[in-house]
Amino acid sequence: MEYFAIIVGSIFVSNIVLAQFLGICPFIGVSGKLSTSVGMGGAVLFVMTIATIVTWVAQYYILNPLGLGFMQTIVFILVIASLVQMVEIILKKISPSLFQALGVFLPLITTNCAVLGVAILAIQKDFNLLEGVVYAISNAIGFTLAIVLFAGIREHLDNMDVPKYMRGVPIALVVAGILALSFMGFTGLV
Amino acid sequence: MNQLQNFTKGFIKENPVFVLLLGLCPTLGVTSSAINGLGMGLATTFVLVMSNIVVSLVKSQIPDKVRIPAFIVIIASFVTIVELVMQAYTPALFESLGLFIPLIVVNCIVLGRAEAFASKQSIGSSIIDGLGMGFGFAFALTLLGGVREILGSAAIFGFKIIPGDLMLVFVLAPGAFIALGYLIAIINKLRKA
Repeated sequence: MEYFAIIVGSIFVSNIVLAQFLGICPFIGVSGKLSTSVGMGGAVLFVMTIATIVTWVAQYYILNPLGLGFMQTIVFILVIASLVQMVEIILKKISPSLFQALGVFLPLITTNCAVLGVAILAIQKDFNLLEGVVYAISNAIGFTLAIVLFAGIREHLDNMDVPKYMRGVPIALVVAGILALSFMGFTGLV
Repeated sequence: MNQLQNFTKGFIKENPVFVLLLGLCPTLGVTSSAINGLGMGLATTFVLVMSNIVVSLVKSQIPDKVRIPAFIVIIASFVTIVELVMQAYTPALFESLGLFIPLIVVNCIVLGRAEAFASKQSIGSSIIDGLGMGFGFAFALTLLGGVREILGSAAIFGFKIIPGDLMLVFVLAPGAFIALGYLIAIINKLRKA
């Protein structure tokens, strides 16, 4: 039941993009086409899950025993940055086809605040390792859901007669607002 | 480019939020009131100026290949300082900004200025660039926070203008997107008019 609450809570009720405002840059930046947004969602799922595992271990087995809790921000961002580099190199060797699909998105992910945000939130919420992993995966699914829905709407938006100064990002933000409004309907579900 | 232009470019012409569309996560996340927006803007300004100074000082010592990780460490150190100082002296603001304080480290504006400006220019210009960009960011956040606070709870900086609430949706998540969308459209019109 607890895991169910984490899953539904992070995908729908407090969606990482539409309710918590994390990962807005890729949300606006790579949501022009449906196919690229699916690729970005896959890359985020991959990195977010691994990053949460590694930062969780770093927090509980290195920082806490040494009393270095205040170093959290520095350590986490370094871990994530080097992790992304490593994933890139390993993927290139092991699975060139997967690298082809996700490659262009990987460098963008270092500065994706959703990854660092979820890693910190998993610590703040006192999750154990398994809960943290479930939390990371469901947040990544929530991110993918939001960005894919948004990309689908934006593809149609291109054909619409939008007032001159609203074209591009302004109208996209208004659409995101309406999308966020509909996600508010899930409030109180868990 | 003279120093005055260097300072003022961040407000409208190259405003990080309205024109460059950088740092949108904290922009949307913390601006439920004008005071939160201002607090976040000033915290980011501090990090921006300090990291610009240090990056500009050590730019010739850092090998080109590891410059981005080095910049990130410098930025993260100042973010940690801000985090600890705010926790000690402004606990209420620290509570309401929450997660977005450690996330200053992944704010593209800070790394962007370090890479694009401070790693190439003198200390003096870097300080002015950091101040200008930081105040531009703070200006944008305060403006958006103010608009949302007026429309949502009929107050500004916590002072009630009329009793009761107006359109509460502007204080909630959807209002952030919609208000920013319309603000960018207005700025677009002003810039091109």
